[in-house]
Amino acid sequence: MFQFKCPHCGLRDANEFTYGGDATIAWPDLGASEQEWFDAVYQRENPRGPHREYWHHAGGCRQWVVVDRDTLTHEIHGCRAASETQK
Amino acid sequence: MSHYSVFSVLKGGLTSQRNWSRAWRDPAPREAYDVIIIGGGGHGLATAYYLAKEHGITNVAVLEKGWLGGGNTGRNTTIVRSNYMLEDNAHFYEKSLQLWEGLSVDLNYNVMFSQRGVLNLAHSDAQMDAYSRRGNAMRLNGIDAELLNREQVRQYAPMLDFTDNARFPIVGGLLQPRGGTARHDAVAWGLARGADRLGVDIIQNCEVTGFHIENGTVKGVETSRGPIRAEKVGVAVAGHTSHVMAMAGVTLPIESHLLQAFVSEPLKPFIDGVVTFGAGHCYISQSDKGGLVFGGDLDGYNSYAQRGNLPLIEHLGEEVCAMIPSVGRLRLLRHWAGIMDMTMDGSPIIGKTPVQGLYLNGGWCYGGFKATPGSGWVFAHTIAHDEPHWINKGLDLARFREGRMVDERGAGPVPGAH
Amino acid sequence: MSRIDGFGRIDRSKPLSFTFDGKTYQGFEGDTLASALLANGVSLVGRSFKYHRPRGVFSAGPEEPNALVALRSGARREPNTRATMVELYDGLVAESQNRWPSLAFDVQAVNQVFARFLPAGFYYKTFMGPFANTRLWMMFEHVIRRAAGMGSATYETDPDTYARRSVHCDVLVVGGGPSGLSAALAASETGARVILIDEHAEFGGRLRQDRYDIDGMPAADWVAKSLATLASRDTVRLLSRTSAFGYYDNNMIGCVERVTDHLAVPVDHKPRQRWWQIRAAQVVLATGALEQPLVFGNNDRPGVMLAGAVRAYLNQFGVLPGKRAVIFTSGDDAYRTALDLTAAGAQVMAVVDSRDTAQSALTQAVRDAGIEVLTGHAVVDTHGSPTLQRVDVMPLTGGTVREFTCDLLAMSGGWQPSVHLSSQTGAKPVWNAELSCFLPGVPKRPERSAGSAAGHFTLYGCLSEGSVRGLEAAKAAGFSATGTFAIPQVDIERFAPTAPLWEAPDPPPGLFGGHPKKFVDHQDDVAASDIQLAHREGYISVEHLKRYTTLGMGTDQGKTSNLTGLAIMAALRGEPIEKVGTTTFRPPYTPISIGAMGGSERGQQYKPRRRSPMHDWHDARVGEWVPAGLWDRPRHYPATPGESMRDAYIRETRQTRGSVGICDVTTLGKIDLQGPDALDFINRIYANGFSNLPVGKVRYGLMLREDGMVLDDGTVARLGETHYVITTTTANAVPVMAKIEFLLQAVWPELKVKATSVTEQYAAIAVAGPKAREVMQRVVDLDVSNAAFPFMACAPCRTKDGVPGRLFRISFSGELAYEIAVPSDYGQQVWDALMAAGREFDIVPYGLEALGNMRIEKGHVAGSELDGRTTADDLGLGKMLSKKKDFIGKALAFRPGMTGETRKKLVGLVPVDGRSSLPNGSQIVSVDHTDPPVKMLGHVTANGFSPERNIPVALALLEGGLAREGETVLVTHPLKNIAVQARVTGPVFVDPEGKRLHD
Repeated sequence: MFQFKCPHCGLRDANEFTYGGDATIAWPDLGASEQEWFDAVYQRENPRGPHREYWHHAGGCRQWVVVDRDTLTHEIHGCRAASETQK
Repeated sequence: MSHYSVFSVLKGGLTSQRNWSRAWRDPAPREAYDVIIIGGGGHGLATAYYLAKEHGITNVAVLEKGWLGGGNTGRNTTIVRSNYMLEDNAHFYEKSLQLWEGLSVDLNYNVMFSQRGVLNLAHSDAQMDAYSRRGNAMRLNGIDAELLNREQVRQYAPMLDFTDNARFPIVGGLLQPRGGTARHDAVAWGLARGADRLGVDIIQNCEVTGFHIENGTVKGVETSRGPIRAEKVGVAVAGHTSHVMAMAGVTLPIESHLLQAFVSEPLKPFIDGVVTFGAGHCYISQSDKGGLVFGGDLDGYNSYAQRGNLPLIEHLGEEVCAMIPSVGRLRLLRHWAGIMDMTMDGSPIIGKTPVQGLYLNGGWCYGGFKATPGSGWVFAHTIAHDEPHWINKGLDLARFREGRMVDERGAGPVPGAH
Repeated sequence: MSRIDGFGRIDRSKPLSFTFDGKTYQGFEGDTLASALLANGVSLVGRSFKYHRPRGVFSAGPEEPNALVALRSGARREPNTRATMVELYDGLVAESQNRWPSLAFDVQAVNQVFARFLPAGFYYKTFMGPFANTRLWMMFEHVIRRAAGMGSATYETDPDTYARRSVHCDVLVVGGGPSGLSAALAASETGARVILIDEHAEFGGRLRQDRYDIDGMPAADWVAKSLATLASRDTVRLLSRTSAFGYYDNNMIGCVERVTDHLAVPVDHKPRQRWWQIRAAQVVLATGALEQPLVFGNNDRPGVMLAGAVRAYLNQFGVLPGKRAVIFTSGDDAYRTALDLTAAGAQVMAVVDSRDTAQSALTQAVRDAGIEVLTGHAVVDTHGSPTLQRVDVMPLTGGTVREFTCDLLAMSGGWQPSVHLSSQTGAKPVWNAELSCFLPGVPKRPERSAGSAAGHFTLYGCLSEGSVRGLEAAKAAGFSATGTFAIPQVDIERFAPTAPLWEAPDPPPGLFGGHPKKFVDHQDDVAASDIQLAHREGYISVEHLKRYTTLGMGTDQGKTSNLTGLAIMAALRGEPIEKVGTTTFRPPYTPISIGAMGGSERGQQYKPRRRSPMHDWHDARVGEWVPAGLWDRPRHYPATPGESMRDAYIRETRQTRGSVGICDVTTLGKIDLQGPDALDFINRIYANGFSNLPVGKVRYGLMLREDGMVLDDGTVARLGETHYVITTTTANAVPVMAKIEFLLQAVWPELKVKATSVTEQYAAIAVAGPKAREVMQRVVDLDVSNAAFPFMACAPCRTKDGVPGRLFRISFSGELAYEIAVPSDYGQQVWDALMAAGREFDIVPYGLEALGNMRIEKGHVAGSELDGRTTADDLGLGKMLSKKKDFIGKALAFRPGMTGETRKKLVGLVPVDGRSSLPNGSQIVSVDHTDPPVKMLGHVTANGFSPERNIPVALALLEGGLAREGETVLVTHPLKNIAVQARVTGPVFVDPEGKRLHD
């Protein structure tokens, strides 16, 4: 089972978290075009290797975090608050 | 090439089994083919088989990076059904089911397709209503379906929890009697042998490493065994679809997720058909060897690792114990995982791509195995005619852009939720 | 009886009685079922999977392929239980399997006669019939399924319980043999937190089963001393009877402890088994090695046993498995068996060694004992029915066959390290030609293998390597050695080189030609000839071989067959073993009970149950509970004991619309939003506009998904300048909250909004009907007149007895209605107050069914319309989509497939005959439809009965929507053989002008 070092709670088991998908995709502006929204909502690089992704510490501090994880080896390289990554 | 029959088996017994020859040849790749199929799983092999059989296109190579059927073909829980509600799915899976019904004889290879039924359990009246909607749609599409009440469910599957201790008591269920299971490996081998007999080259240990594309038209592929030319290339590489299509510059509405599968020690007959739990997500059946085969939710994160983790294993344990209160005494023999191409609407993609001559068959989510012959059949048609068959017209790649999603669960563009 | 005095670690003062196949026997404490059976001379214990050949005990450990029994009876029956791993207890009951009518006389043993017609994969080549679609296979399958399988299982509920435990440690040592004990001693000496686990009842590994001296004392004493040392350290946890079954990500090892399986029934409220998640900083895998059998003619007869197992039965259990023995080996190790057997008084007829030479101290000791050693020879056939009586021995190069009378054949094809756990991490095992075995691959996780698991097959190697690896692990976990650590003193063993014999030659042909079967996989009856057949047919990759022949697919998972099978295939392919590869070692290492997997989350404990604060009140009156996710909701409240659900909900509807009704709506999601940017945020997440919503007002809100489909609906109440509370449907309470958190943290962190889920904090009660105002006015200390508190008003309030709350004038039923939310603890008090105030108006509690019925009459959408595939326009809510602002889902909501005339849109339906109900789940087709496939125009989403109109009514999604108003369609439910003609109407059946809401 994965472990994430939640920036708020420390090292925690993955079963406290729920998955939120690819975190490299920037949310378009609400007024952005259909094409931009299509790309953001549907299209995925789906990499075999390093992947930056959202997890929600739903069974903990209820904060969203951004995790760097390898989809091939499952190695975890980092975990930051999602709010930090946006600033 | 040996024809298989009871007589050939008897002959084998009398000749120390010396009467058998290779099930399929082991040719070296040629320089060029009319059609290249990437992926030697069930779908790729079925495509090659039907290209040769239905369309007379025999100058075909199937390129497999490892061993035939080594991906999801050999990792799934072998369920075959066509109990779909939405028309685009229903017609497609029903076509596939009809092909299953004749597949063993067609291939002269017993794929052990056994129609012992697929039962979806309902645990509330609202769930019965939802199943009614689906079952009625099936019936109107010409697909068999029956609504069972609690007593009928008990007769079909008496090992389920009918005690007062059930957290979500069984109310009834939706049964597709023609659903069932097949022997997954045999499907790959039988299709390989069938395609090989019709002249298709099946090439194992040949990994595609790139595409030759000129002016938006495919010209061939680069492989670990050298370049191979072809004007038409079909991709059927479930689990790795994004990766392979990225080599052709095509981004897809797909994420790769882990799905685990479980098998118990072999038992004398315990459960007859396939039963799915409606108060959670768990499906269980029993193989002909006797093992209880079960599975459920995805692990829930993008992965290409082909191995899952404990939370899902525990979760499945909870589900199967809640479903069958006696199962705790039995033992898990093996568990493993496959990589699912999860699409943004939970339905597959079979059709043309933005690259001329490049065809895509992928995004099978949970449902790839049952689709095997149907997928090959419509994909072969699509490749042969450069035009989809009406059956797979609605399962095209453009549907996402155009808002024609085929979303059986209504979960929206969240791949892991389908 | 074949107990030997002076041997064994069993407690002869504690006899235990047990039955096998109905016959009573005696064993001792410390026995396994296998050792007790052997002690009683029971050599035939099971039948093989396919040919039903008689089989005896083969091993003394988890690798056992043959001795599978059904243990216990009734609801506790455990099929396929390895007798070698069952600790004997008084009263144990076991049965043999896969035989009928009895183990000695098994009808299906006839399969042996036809074995030549049943090679690997024969079923792929026949049973399919000449004609397609005949289901011929299913007739054969019926027979095959009954013949296949091993044990039979019960349908009775498992009466035992299972527990889960999660722990962390610095060093986990898997395996408590000499290497593991040394590793644990060395690691714990540094102060590291160490867990040492072993799958057996006793620690010691091979030290329980071989005769060694360590530090000048018998090995058993050294084990006891080491355990005492470990137990004295409070940083050490010792777990026996615990199997490490899988190695998972981030160094988590899954283990199952058999807490009470060694007892007849669990005692003292203990679980049967405990599931351990052990998270270790560092892992030492001291998992030992498994002895491999040899492949020769009829090598499966009862009496043929692994050489190490023979020593185990002798030295651990004091059982002599045979009186006259032949040893067949390709290495030195089995020579110990010859010496031990001789010491126990058995006669060793010969040691048959496949190597050309065998010169070492050990082999010399055997020769010195006067035992004949035949190098360059092999056992080629065995005889005896059902148990072993004679073996045939032949030079490997061919020649004269010598016969040896014996009742025991102890064989050893070398030892294969148990690389399973390391292999599960992705470390591919590496072939070692010198040792002829696979060694663990380069670690990919913080783990290392020690002792025989790493290919160190001497005791000194195990002890020294164990210490080194243990210390290394502790250091890697951040600890340092504090003192000196002495490696125990043992004799140094030097072995002659091994030379594997993967397959013995065939004996000279018999009278009728042909050769005996040489089994590779004993459980599944895979013989060397099956591997040849697989090769001939092109199933030459390891995975194809395994899958085609079923090699290694039995309950023993190929522990004694995979290596040999692989080697035979490599020879057939003419390639080295490392080129052919290994199969994947899939978890679990040994089969684990599914009960342990599930823990305590089964039956009523499968999922938690969410209850409203008024649950007990409902429970005393409810007709039926309905699950709504994890919530329980009352369906209806029968007025008299016999009142049907339908009568009840129609009465509740009529009474509510006629006077007043009360309903528990606690389960709706409630989210509190506060902050200066709350309005901005609400405007982004809802599709309709809220900019002009004043304080003290509520507005209906519609949320879309990013893809433009409807996600959820609810209300938005503005309680203060920067304070809102929104509601969600019951089903979407959790996902909407998670999404709001996502948006506020990951997408728009600049927005100053705080979101808090308050679903559990408030009880919510709806009061609806023409008398609702009068009832509410008697309870709350707030003017609720139409003027002071108009439709869609909201305000904080207090009840007359002082309970603080919030009052909303909103209506789902279409009546004059209020919803009051009060702190959960006061829910029942306020409910009671409302009931008391409503008594004179004959207030009626209404359940989910009446709630649904009234919303259908009003054409309000709910879960069955919000099915994730509908757009706002489909639901008649298209006009709500704001044109003045951007919102989530807007950009993708107008794609071609989501607009246009062919969409299915919300309509109402009434039966043409005015009587027939329009069942939920019905599909809608045209009245003149033909045979399938039939074009479906839509479906019924919800149905009910309108007492006011005195007619069944339904909501439906119908192609073309209201453009079809007035048309007649066929509502059809083929599953129930129902078809009703219905007229398309608008979706609002009651008070279409909404007058009642505003009065």
